[in-house]
Amino acid sequence: MSTDSAPAPQSGVAEDVKQGQRVAVSALTTNLREYGLIIALIVIMLFFQYTTSGTLFKPVNLSNLVQQNSFIIVMALGMLLVIVAGYIDLSVGSVAGFIGALAAMMMVIWPLGIFSNPLVVSIVCLIVGGLIGAAQGYWIAYHRIPSFIVTLAGMLIFRGICQALLGGGSSVGPLPDSFKALSSGFIPDVIGPLVLIPPTVNAAGKTILGSGLTLHMTTIVLGLIAVLAYAYFGFRTRRKRERHGYEAEPFPLFVIKTLVGSALALFLVFQFASYRGLPVVLLVMGVLISLFVFVTKRMTIGRRIYAMGGNAKAAQLSGINTERLTLLVFINMGVLSALGGLIIAARLGQAVPAAGLGSELDVIAAVFIGGASAMGGVGQVIGAVVGGFIMGVMNNGMSIMGVNVDWQQVVKGLVLLGAVIFDVYNKNKA
Amino acid sequence: MASTILEMRDITKTFPGVKALSNVNLSVEEGEIHAIVGENGAGKSTLMKVLSGVYPSGTYDGQIIFRGQECNFKGIHDSEHIGIVIIHQELALVPMLSITENIFLGNEHASYGVIDWDANETRTAALLNKVGLNEDPKTLITNIGVGKQQLVEIAKALSKEVKLLILDEPTASLSEKDSQALLDLLLEFKRQGMTSILISHKLNEVNRVADKVTVIRDGRTIETLPRKDISEDRIITSMVGRSLDDRYPPREPQIGEIIFEVKDWSVYHPIHAERQVIKNINLNVRKGEVVGIAGLMGAGRTEFAMSLFGRSYGRHISGEVSLRGKPIDLSSVSKAVAGGIAYVTEDRKTYGLNLIDHIKHNVTLANLGGVSSRGVIDDMREMSVANDYRKKTNIRASSVYQLTGNLSGGNQQKVVLSKWLFADPEVLILDEPTRGIDVGAKYEIYTIIARLAAEGKAIIVISSEMPELLGISDRIYVMNEGRIVGEMAASDASQEKIMRAIVRGEGKAS
Repeated sequence: MSTDSAPAPQSGVAEDVKQGQRVAVSALTTNLREYGLIIALIVIMLFFQYTTSGTLFKPVNLSNLVQQNSFIIVMALGMLLVIVAGYIDLSVGSVAGFIGALAAMMMVIWPLGIFSNPLVVSIVCLIVGGLIGAAQGYWIAYHRIPSFIVTLAGMLIFRGICQALLGGGSSVGPLPDSFKALSSGFIPDVIGPLVLIPPTVNAAGKTILGSGLTLHMTTIVLGLIAVLAYAYFGFRTRRKRERHGYEAEPFPLFVIKTLVGSALALFLVFQFASYRGLPVVLLVMGVLISLFVFVTKRMTIGRRIYAMGGNAKAAQLSGINTERLTLLVFINMGVLSALGGLIIAARLGQAVPAAGLGSELDVIAAVFIGGASAMGGVGQVIGAVVGGFIMGVMNNGMSIMGVNVDWQQVVKGLVLLGAVIFDVYNKNKA
Repeated sequence: MASTILEMRDITKTFPGVKALSNVNLSVEEGEIHAIVGENGAGKSTLMKVLSGVYPSGTYDGQIIFRGQECNFKGIHDSEHIGIVIIHQELALVPMLSITENIFLGNEHASYGVIDWDANETRTAALLNKVGLNEDPKTLITNIGVGKQQLVEIAKALSKEVKLLILDEPTASLSEKDSQALLDLLLEFKRQGMTSILISHKLNEVNRVADKVTVIRDGRTIETLPRKDISEDRIITSMVGRSLDDRYPPREPQIGEIIFEVKDWSVYHPIHAERQVIKNINLNVRKGEVVGIAGLMGAGRTEFAMSLFGRSYGRHISGEVSLRGKPIDLSSVSKAVAGGIAYVTEDRKTYGLNLIDHIKHNVTLANLGGVSSRGVIDDMREMSVANDYRKKTNIRASSVYQLTGNLSGGNQQKVVLSKWLFADPEVLILDEPTRGIDVGAKYEIYTIIARLAAEGKAIIVISSEMPELLGISDRIYVMNEGRIVGEMAASDASQEKIMRAIVRGEGKAS
């Protein structure tokens, strides 16, 4: 409806209060999807917790879940920007596979001397990933070749190079342990473990259930710091908004949100601490997620990407260099694909020709389940991350349940379709 | 007395929470041209959607009686079947199909699904002849101009044996010449006995062709004026519910020294490299001055403005631009913005706004540096900027978090204006700033222009509506076929003088 006939706004306090309420409502509705998604994830987790008779939340399984799915989530961060910018990247699985092969060749086969050091190799691989992104982005940005076609070509090309590098069907390994730590390592326990309940042995010589609970204190401390920081910054932003008279959420909602979030986080931290501590890859992921949330929500470059995806011509005529921005988005995607490839190789302990095969579809699905629009301009980092975890939990849960891989695909497909239909339906209703 | 062909009685249509139409009555006589006017959002389009069955029978209250029969349309198909055809503002043609394919789309002459193209083309040629369009039926829609596309739409309507033709803002994107031709065509149809309903913002057109005018305001019929009572002032008073004595805000120009100057500006077509689109234009604007650029559509005004603004149009651009006597670099949009130039596009939906984002993000887009430091946006500063401009330009919205796609045309235009005002330019180029917006919002836009000029900005206004240019400018350049063919002070300019300059210019160019 047109708003021309709306009464002219009245000045004064009354208007500010009214606006405050409106802002609150709009903040709630815009965040509803995010909350809904997180609730969906929790429901799915509880469902599998039940159907797997409690296996899902076991500390060892949680660690597995994170290690198995981290590469999807890392790549989903890049894919979110690509999709928000109005493009698609089909090559990420192949690039990941190629980078894994490259890393393995550099560390195991090629005589590079000190340059075969895992750290050096990782840095080189990330740079190569960026170059691949630049090569694809160049055609998309400056020659306006559709991204679907350029990256479809990239998908074929890099899978081919990956297989050629590995010499046909063979795998290359084993990779050094220090490299494998990227995926399967846990953060070193500098503070030392705390034995909560000493292991007790019963008469039959078996350890009594629930005893032997040892906590990795470094993980606990890091977790507490993270939760406190989360609450503190949330509160500070709120205070700042209040001072300017732009409060978004009602206070009770804010408190509930913060408490539930903190409780969940602390529960997970406790589970990790009682196993072997925080997986290294979870730390990497956490840092990246925070970075991308900041970039998309607070930085001008993030804002420009959304504007470009929403209306490229208008963005261009507002002084935004859309070509360069497109190139940057694809370079970023390339670097994250490379990181994904390193994580996959580190987890397998070797490079295999099929590494990352088909993962581009999981990554894209995660982003769309997370509420991004295929038309560009819409999507949230947290949404993509939760979308990735939903895919991961379903993989993990169904595997434990013993559901056939074929049927797992069917279920994942239905969930993707359902999530998008839900979105479209909601949008039309609004 | 002719008989009544259409009668709409007590039409009431409610959307959740809003009454879009309440007890609207409309009575159209056979063989007349009946104009419907009203501000944006008054309910004209809703009424036409009720009439054509877009809102099926049962979703509204009231009666539709067409040629003595009460009608209960279930969809557009039903209304078209009995001869009511509506041509929408946004043309519904498929660009990559030919004229024939478009005219008979969904209605092809075929036997057993096999199309007889010869028969279709013969019929198309006859129809094109009727609407006075001299084009090969095989021509693709994308290769003909908007004016001709409009004629194809009308030919398509004729192919359906139309008894009542409804045109929704048919001349909104047409040039003066094409508009005139279209109106002549309507008059010709009238002579042949066809009945038409014309929805238009352009009161001079209504004045020219309409036999009756029905004014709608806030979802109600205000009155129906017979031919003898039709005058622009009368209609405006009725439309806005108050008398707009002066359609342009009063201002006392305080004109200073030349601050913006373009010398020898030439531009070639982006695809046809040998075609020169802009030919050696020289132009200047003084501080506090509003300079109008008049001309027909296709005169090259938008191309000129866009080529200035960061080379957003054309190739092989040459010429010099200086600001306060110093040459400035306009080779990219960001340089142009940094140099103090802003261009407010004629097509706000395609080039001006991110329609899926809210007001706040749109307002700051051209000057993100103004609300951020080292690449990090200060949310609070952005919020107060957005609220500030919302008040300054009187954007009517529930909050700055309203999506721009949901705003009316006038408010969208104010958002685009706000975006450029926040970029704080010295020279502001406004391309058709009031296209498709209603009388009230137009006045507000003129007020903003007057205020900016009073603040000492140099303003260029491109407009196809000559009264508007005469009303707000201090000086007018006339453009035709890519060159400036006249320059005059607004005080001694008139529509006739402008037209004469154009015609003389045409003589020179050929």
